[in-house]
Amino acid sequence: MNFKQSAMCAAAAALVVGTASSAGAVTEIQWWHAHGGALGERVNEIADNFNRSQSDYKVSAIYKGSYPETMTAGVAAFRAGKAPHILQVYEVGTALMMGAKGAVVPIYQLMADAKVPFDPEAYLPAVKGYYSTTDGKMLSMPFASSTPVLWFNKDAFKKAGLDPNAPPKTWPEVGEAGKKLVAAGYTCGFSTAWITWIHLENFSAWHNVPFGTQENGFAGFNAEYTFNGPAQVKHIQQLADWQKDKVFVYGGRDNLGNAKFVSGECPMYTESSAGYASFKAGAKFEFGVSTLPYWPDVQGAPQNTIIGGNSLWVMAGHKPAEYKGVAEFMRFLSLPMVQAYWHAYTGYVPITTAAYDMMKSVKFYNDYPGRDIPILELGGKAPTANSKGLRFGYLPQARDAMYEELENIFTAKKTAKEGLDNAVKRGNELLRKFEKEQN
Amino acid sequence: MAGGPHPLLGSSVEKRVTFNNRVLPYLLVAPQIAVTLVFFIWPASQAVFQSVLIQDAFGLSTRFAWFDNFIYLFDNAEYLQSMKVTAVFSIAVALLALVSALFLAVQADRVIKGATTYKTLLIWPYAVAPAVAGVLFLFLFNPNVGLLVYALRAVGYGWNHALNGDQAMGLVIVAAAWRQISYNFLFFLAGLQAIPKSLIEAAAIDGAGSVRRFWTIVFPLLTPTSFFLLVMNIVYAFFETFGIIHQVTKGGPAGSTNILVYNVFRDGFLGLDLGGSAAQSVVLMVIVISLTVIQFRYIERRVNY
Repeated sequence: MNFKQSAMCAAAAALVVGTASSAGAVTEIQWWHAHGGALGERVNEIADNFNRSQSDYKVSAIYKGSYPETMTAGVAAFRAGKAPHILQVYEVGTALMMGAKGAVVPIYQLMADAKVPFDPEAYLPAVKGYYSTTDGKMLSMPFASSTPVLWFNKDAFKKAGLDPNAPPKTWPEVGEAGKKLVAAGYTCGFSTAWITWIHLENFSAWHNVPFGTQENGFAGFNAEYTFNGPAQVKHIQQLADWQKDKVFVYGGRDNLGNAKFVSGECPMYTESSAGYASFKAGAKFEFGVSTLPYWPDVQGAPQNTIIGGNSLWVMAGHKPAEYKGVAEFMRFLSLPMVQAYWHAYTGYVPITTAAYDMMKSVKFYNDYPGRDIPILELGGKAPTANSKGLRFGYLPQARDAMYEELENIFTAKKTAKEGLDNAVKRGNELLRKFEKEQN
Repeated sequence: MAGGPHPLLGSSVEKRVTFNNRVLPYLLVAPQIAVTLVFFIWPASQAVFQSVLIQDAFGLSTRFAWFDNFIYLFDNAEYLQSMKVTAVFSIAVALLALVSALFLAVQADRVIKGATTYKTLLIWPYAVAPAVAGVLFLFLFNPNVGLLVYALRAVGYGWNHALNGDQAMGLVIVAAAWRQISYNFLFFLAGLQAIPKSLIEAAAIDGAGSVRRFWTIVFPLLTPTSFFLLVMNIVYAFFETFGIIHQVTKGGPAGSTNILVYNVFRDGFLGLDLGGSAAQSVVLMVIVISLTVIQFRYIERRVNY
């Protein structure tokens, strides 16, 4: 062995010792999430910033695919005894996670055990409510939270002789504006993304009518769906009727209809506030944002909308030292700076009032008008039993049943009443199945 | 055969081959049995076991439920509807893929100039994964931005498979069959090339036209290939097409393309209903096993080997 080789060996040995000692000191925390693309980069930046802010813990953010894929991966990992520390779960999976008492560590308990300062009152009520028990204990940490808004094409409004600075506020006004747009040559007045989330779930909260019994499922597993009430039936029937003169066009499931807005085909579009980034990138016209329309003849409307998006669940089965790190990371995530950053670069809302105040103090909403609309929609009034959120088992399958029945309604195979009645019946069968599993 | 007794076959050479070694035959079939056990029997028995349990997603509480999961399925109008949809879908996919592949293979068999290029191009789609095939067709027929949708609209045909169940069904059938055509084509072409040319020439001399030659000579001699492909295509339509459904229609609109295997995927992987999903797998398994048995018992009799 010559000198050069032995020097290299020594260097390599030093390197190994060096990494080994630092690996011993740093506790790794795994965070599985469902944000791909540009949002995934933001998530990585947040994790990097946390890692740079201290030297005891290292958060590894790992992209696991779509929401259902991430959740399935987390569940499978738990069953195999290899759960991540933090699992991101979409809002409709909340009931399932809540039911899994031995599989998760509630946030309020995590923070108390780790003795990390935590004030549930710091979070926006509509955000906190969705992920808390009926007695106000926070179970998971809200992360990406959005709410539906009305997006509209200002150029098209001008062309149809509508005021681009006075978008329709109510559904009858949307109908009038839609007719004028169709008269001006558009083949579509308005369309929507996530029709079950926006036109049934949020619709019910926004009009303060129950989506289900037992405080929308918060108060017990024996809840039943009630979204076939007169207000919902009237609204869905109106959408079906509006199809005849193209005031409303069904754009497909999930956010498949986004192309209809971006291409300029449909000048009005109800979609999550998180749609901002893709509209900004794709639309070749000036667009505006307004509050979700409501029916003025329904008493109490508008109430408040509910959130969509996801929260972070802490999985059971890890060491106390690791939970300490998880708790520190949760505190970091709630910092106004982190929330303001996330809010500014995505269409998601800041989850704490402090972050919202910070954005107001730097006059962010003067430069970006309308970006505070989702926050105002969520926080306009104190949430009621009908508007704090939904907690139903097998909600993903129930949403599929709703999609199917809505498609029956829009192809005139069923009336709105018949379709929604059947969706409620099918949803209730799923709820009974879920109830059985919880005992 | 000179050279004394064969070490394996025994002392005398008989017409019937017998094994004196008691262990060897088992050793020879062991790999096959191991593969069947690991990749079929074990997962299948897991599915059967899971199907009689009611369990939460995390496996924290498990309850033996007899046939509750099955009763729930057969009480469910949408599940029965899904069976009908599957029957239509599978038959249509198998027929379309078989007929067009046979047509293309007969044509390819005749081509002399550029035959290799032609054959290679026809085989290519098989390299495309079902999910990717789904995405391709989705882009062509997307009701909002699809290329062919614009063309159809220009000739006055409104396309919207997000709402029109028949259009959605047609689309997934074509997308599923498209890929399988290549596979069938390969087998048909091989089958055609194995038919002795002398038979066809003799018929031609006797004055039989090309259509007549096809139905009386070529087609009967192709029946073993056709039968094998029929079984393979039905299995393909039943099991391997969920990627296409997932990409193109997600089972919609209104359940009109919700085939059984997609329902398994949706309830098991998206909905995390393990018991219900396992029960559906068992039903699916029973259907495919019985279809295969029927095919072997009744259709195979009419096959000329």
